[in-house]
Amino acid sequence: MTPTPDAWHDAVLTAALVAIDPSGLGGVALRAGAGPDRERWLALLRAALPAAAPLRRVPHNTGDDGLLGGLDLPATLRVGRPIAQRGVLAEADGGVVLLAMAERVAPTTAARLAMVLDDGMVSLQRDGLALQLPARIGLVLLDEGLAEEERPPTALLDRLAFHVDLRGAAGRMVGPAPGTPATDAVTIAAARSRLATVQVASEFVEALCAAAMALGIASMRAPILALRAAAAMAALAGRVAVTAEDAAAAARLVLAPRATILPEAVPPDTTDPQQAEAPQADQHQSDPQQSDPARPDPAQSEPPETEPPGQPESAAETAADRPLVDIVLQAARAVLPADVLAHLRPAGSPGRPPARARSVGRAGAQQRSLRRGRPIGAQAGELRAGARLHLVETLKAAAPWQLLRGAPRGERIRLAVRRSDFRIVRFRHRSETLMIFAVDASGSSALHRLAEAKGAIELLLANCYVRRDKVALIAFRGRGADLLLAPTGALARAKRCLAGLPGGGGTPLAAGLDAAAVLADAAWRKGQTPVLTVLTDGRANVASDGSSDRVRAEADAIAAARRIRAAGFAVLLVDTAPRPDERTRRLGVELGASYLPLPRADAASLSQAVRAAARPAAASRPPGAARTI
Amino acid sequence: MNVTATARPVFPFSAIVGQDETRLALLIAAVDPSIGGVLIFGDRGTGKSTAVRGLAALLPRMRTIQGCRYGCDPTTPSAWCTDCRACYATTPPRTCLTAVPVVDLPLGATEDRVVGALDLEQALAHGVKAFEPGLLARANRGFLYIDEVNLLDDHLIDLLLDVAASSENVVEREGLSVRHPARFVLIGSGNPEEGELRPQLLDRFGLAVEVATPTDLPTRIEVVRRRDAFERDPAAFEAAWKAPADRLRRKIVAARARIADVAVPDTALERAATLCIRLGTDGLRGELTLIRAARATAALDGDASVGDAHLRRVAPAALRHRLRRNPLDEASGSTRVARAVEDLFAA
Repeated sequence: MTPTPDAWHDAVLTAALVAIDPSGLGGVALRAGAGPDRERWLALLRAALPAAAPLRRVPHNTGDDGLLGGLDLPATLRVGRPIAQRGVLAEADGGVVLLAMAERVAPTTAARLAMVLDDGMVSLQRDGLALQLPARIGLVLLDEGLAEEERPPTALLDRLAFHVDLRGAAGRMVGPAPGTPATDAVTIAAARSRLATVQVASEFVEALCAAAMALGIASMRAPILALRAAAAMAALAGRVAVTAEDAAAAARLVLAPRATILPEAVPPDTTDPQQAEAPQADQHQSDPQQSDPARPDPAQSEPPETEPPGQPESAAETAADRPLVDIVLQAARAVLPADVLAHLRPAGSPGRPPARARSVGRAGAQQRSLRRGRPIGAQAGELRAGARLHLVETLKAAAPWQLLRGAPRGERIRLAVRRSDFRIVRFRHRSETLMIFAVDASGSSALHRLAEAKGAIELLLANCYVRRDKVALIAFRGRGADLLLAPTGALARAKRCLAGLPGGGGTPLAAGLDAAAVLADAAWRKGQTPVLTVLTDGRANVASDGSSDRVRAEADAIAAARRIRAAGFAVLLVDTAPRPDERTRRLGVELGASYLPLPRADAASLSQAVRAAARPAAASRPPGAARTI
Repeated sequence: MNVTATARPVFPFSAIVGQDETRLALLIAAVDPSIGGVLIFGDRGTGKSTAVRGLAALLPRMRTIQGCRYGCDPTTPSAWCTDCRACYATTPPRTCLTAVPVVDLPLGATEDRVVGALDLEQALAHGVKAFEPGLLARANRGFLYIDEVNLLDDHLIDLLLDVAASSENVVEREGLSVRHPARFVLIGSGNPEEGELRPQLLDRFGLAVEVATPTDLPTRIEVVRRRDAFERDPAAFEAAWKAPADRLRRKIVAARARIADVAVPDTALERAATLCIRLGTDGLRGELTLIRAARATAALDGDASVGDAHLRRVAPAALRHRLRRNPLDEASGSTRVARAVEDLFAA
């Protein structure tokens, strides 16, 4: 019988499964702060792994030399010929690599790790070395992220079977949880040798695929990893074939943490999507007999709607007469938090896909440079135009040649470094942010709003010398939008431009938004990170073509807002209406904006809000901006 | 200094489920290498790398000059490397059959391994300045595959673009001056969420393919089932898929032989030009690629001339990455091409 899935129990189980098949399962993303819980889990993993299997810890900022391998500088200098040094991934072949502070790992490092996980080997083409070293490893990401978006790169998460969160289980991890399977080295060793012979019946493949789909998991790796997890479960329990219980456990451990949709509970009626899917799966089965349990049968439809989470026992007990996919799905469902949708989708935007694109890919907001920023590596190059010499890399380039270039023996040892050895440092720096203000300058409140915007701009500019940011201002009134202040970082110029702004007239909201989008796109292509701030009361009454048609004006504004959201720019919508209402809030949803009702906005609080909006923007990139494919 | 681990067996190309556009694009590149490379962009876990690695096992072997480190083609002396020119100026070269190279450019590769450098062992042991060819030399007449192409270092990308444009690799280092042919089909794959490609690099790829995760259950089940069968017994799986692989290989060979005879009627040229004008693609590269890809498709299908059906099939891949950016149009390149194709061919 399946034990109650409690966090610590599952964590223990995960450690055992990874020890059984590290490279097949990819590994674990372990979300937990540094502390006794994590240490206990790691100790469990160490105990479960065979004594000979290496367990290596890697800091998140390890360079290519350490990770993949390269030229061993001291050894090469000593013997005068190139000596290769294995990286930590190759050294950990057959074992597990722990990546510390995985939430901070750079996308480039993540891609290297992903490459090794996929290939099971390190292919090294560095420093004159061409090596292929076996590296069948499992990876444990030690994720200490606190905020929701502080996560390890998705490229890695996708490849790891288990995503375990120990934060909720603090302090409860004393003693084995009830029903925890034995995870001692002997059991694991037996399971390891049994794994290759474990049979998986075709129906389990179908059930896990269907469950993955019902949970809204797009990646094809998830069902494959779940299948391997089910096989490892069977091996751990000493079975030669996967059972429904194993598949349910695999769904709980592998699929549930990846869910993006909360599936409907197993239904008593026939209109449920899972029931619609089940016959589809059956068409694919070779054995027509198997399609029987998928048919809605009043006799077997218990009312699981009311079944509280955390009781998959009932699922296992009724395994004989319920469709397999339901059992599997129920197991995954049981551990989903009830508010899973609230986690995954921003409230109030039902049609919007999970905003995953915004929380990944920190690459876009950063630029490479030879002059300034954080050093990220070295490249061959000339020492001019402010380039800086990378001493160690230069020595490394020169090291293998010493014998060849060398002075006659007996002379004082001196390094012969030539121009072709020079390596210069490459830097990366954050790109500057362009804050675009689109201000509604219509009607009676125009003067007041413009004054607020002007004040906020001046405050931001006063700070921007340090932060290398720029500001632009668009005002929309009457028939169209005007760029009043072209992107600038100069406070004096801005003050002059902002001195006498006209106000009054209709509200061409669509024109204002479009003008802001064009400016933002131009900035993005120049390598800047645009942040849009829209100040309006949301009452559009002038359409795109300049006609005063309120209905069309609002439709145009919504269309313009959707285009901005599609481009993926960070937007702050400040509602300046005396009584903020639903209409402007809806515009904010269409814009994908942070919404801020600020009827009495003063310059200081406005500039503060804009800076807060710019912060996440600098850490992400517009996913669809200015891209045609 | 070459240590090779036993490479993992390769998932057979013909056993890949779905991914029709990717497979067609790779086959087109195999039939007509002058197409200019294939870019595969798509979601995680869609088997982008699987398709490329599978292609390597599928390609028919090619005839090379025996002993040539660059795999020179005995039939085209104009493209020979300096060694072959010197050796076989008067006597015809001995030839042999070798596998078409599909070379991986791993992330973290350094420049000297990509372009080649002085062979240290040779230099130290015998005091000879010999050139040790890099990955570009190995990829000559074959494919150079870059996974996560959007994460490759900028200076390496610049170098690759330069070589790909000139079909020649020039190395000047350590008193060594070597130039050798480096004609290869560049295949890049990546996830757009990881970072963007520079427009210069984008334009260099002849075909751009978008891969999406299959969304229907039977397809997904089949993907997982085949993957599972492959992992359990790679050898048996490969044997089971040998017949389709052989068939596909014969198809490529036949298409290569036929492609020169495939007619491109004026109507097809006109269609292609109209499509490009309507989409406002930059330059003539789009039309040229579109026609070439359609011709290769016709050759693969065994058709005598290029028709509307061929153009329709390859238009998205040939054009979607060449559209002018329009920040106010939220439709992706694919949608815009599909729309234009529908308009044109419906009329």
